[in-house]
Formats: sequence, structure tokens, C-alpha cells
Amino acid sequence: MKRVGVVVFPGSNCEYDARFAMETLGVAAELVWHTRTDLSSFDGIILPGGFAHGDYLRPGALARFSPVMKAVAEFARDGGAVLGICNGFQVLTEAGLLPGALQKNVGLKFLCQETTLIVTSNASVLTSGAALDQELIIPINHFSGAYVCDDETYARVNDSGQIVLRYRENPNGSRGDIAGLANERGNVVGLMPHPERAMSTLLGSADGRVLLESFVASYVAA
Amino acid sequence: MNYFVIVDVTLREGIADPEGATIERALPALGFSGVHDVKAGKSFRMNIEADSQGAALEKATSLAERLLSNPVIEDARARLGEVHAQ
Repeated sequence: MKRVGVVVFPGSNCEYDARFAMETLGVAAELVWHTRTDLSSFDGIILPGGFAHGDYLRPGALARFSPVMKAVAEFARDGGAVLGICNGFQVLTEAGLLPGALQKNVGLKFLCQETTLIVTSNASVLTSGAALDQELIIPINHFSGAYVCDDETYARVNDSGQIVLRYRENPNGSRGDIAGLANERGNVVGLMPHPERAMSTLLGSADGRVLLESFVASYVAA
Repeated sequence: MNYFVIVDVTLREGIADPEGATIERALPALGFSGVHDVKAGKSFRMNIEADSQGAALEKATSLAERLLSNPVIEDARARLGEVHAQ
């Protein structure tokens, strides 16, 4: 992967962290305003954290209708690597690119803390370079991070290895301790934790690197 | 015709409602006892131009399913309001 587009919605606030993380890994990253409709110059797309469109209505509900999302859907359909972090994960579920939804945390707490994640599948662009059962310390920072889906959907994503990351200790009431989820092909991944904020031991953890390095390698294990 | 329509969006049965639960837990502290099953939701009000009540409700239901609610976790119900909004 040579060039990543980091989509910026009105209210996004982690786009610079995402760009910095990509540049740290030697990949050119460009901020892409949400009205843009041509993503053909990119090898990967990141939907960053924040509060797209103020999170009005529901997180991601209005971002889904931003002009760029049609291009993101086409990019994903053509097999391109798409990563939604935090608010970006919420946008991907609202847009129907990932199943389920993200609901308010149990206990109505805004959570800003380190969490320990377990890699439970490496069949995705985000986890292909990580070892199964590998533990990663990565921070979360969200109010609506409890993953919700019906029984049928849960069985499907569980059986097909789409649940790529789980919390060791569930902080938010997420179903099945889900922290990160991929689509069937593994090229679209969403996660609530922030790997782009875990790029340096000096700042707490460098465990986000193995995930973003996988994303940059853009490889999906069969 | 202009129809005043109210759309209620509520969490689907079985979906955790931390907001409703928190409100319910706060009530005894204010002296309200015997209040159970508090559910939080949203209500949207709008005027809709349509040829009939049925058409107005159909339009409201459609936009509620497309935008106002997330069908994975929420139900939306449109109903006619009693008064026309100014």
C-alpha cells in the first residue's frame, strides 16, 4: 500500500492521528473531505474517529449519506482495504458495510482507558500480521461502543472468523466482547479501539503497529 | 394537504436500554416509587405534504426506516398528531 485516504467528515477529530500513524509506517496519507467522490488514487481508506456530523440522530447516521460514502462502498466492493476506527466503525455499520450496530455503553459511561484486546481471527486486513490469541494493549475512547446484533448475525460472524478482536475484559457491554469486526471478505474492518494512538511505547503502547502494519500490507489470509 | 406527523423511535425488544435503566434508577432518589419498565426513545415531529393521511404516514414511515431509525436496534412508528404545528 502506497497511498491511503483518510476521510474527514465535519466533526471528525482523529484524522491527523491516523495520517501520522500511516506516515510513521512509511505510507503517504491524504486527508479526503467527505464531499469527494473519487477515491481511485488510493490503495486504502481509513474512516477515522470523532463525531461525524456531530453524531446527531445516531453516531454515523448522517455520515452514511455523505457523498464520499458511495465511493467508499464501491472501493470496498472492488476489494479495497477499508478501516473504520471508533466513529469510523459506527459509520461502517450504519452504511451497511459491516453487520450489526453500536449502541450506548452499558452504564452510560464515556470510556477513555487502555484495554487489552485478544486477536481472535487473522482473516482480515487488520489482523493478518498478528498471531492468534495475541494480546494487544490499545486505548478506547467512546460512548457508543457496545456492539449489538441479532442471534443469527452473531452466529454467522462468529463461525466465519469475522470477529477479529475481542476485549479481554468487556468494558462496554459489547456482544461477545467484540472490539473489532470484519466483513466476509476481510477487506473491510471496523474496531472501537484506537490503534493509531498506540504507535509508540513512549506514549503508552506500540501494540497498534502490528494492526496498522497488517492494514498497510493489505493482505488477507485465506 | 399538510399533515402533522409524529414519529416515535424506540429500541427494539431485547436491546439493552442503558438510558432507560439509568432514569429508572434515579427516580426513587427523587421520591417517585413504583415506576417500572422505563424506556428511553426519540420523538420526531414534522409537517408532511401529501394527498391523504395514508400517504403522509407512508412517507413518514419510509423516511423513518431510512434515516430516523436504525432497524438493527430500533423500531419506528409514525402516527398523526392531533394539532397542526404552526
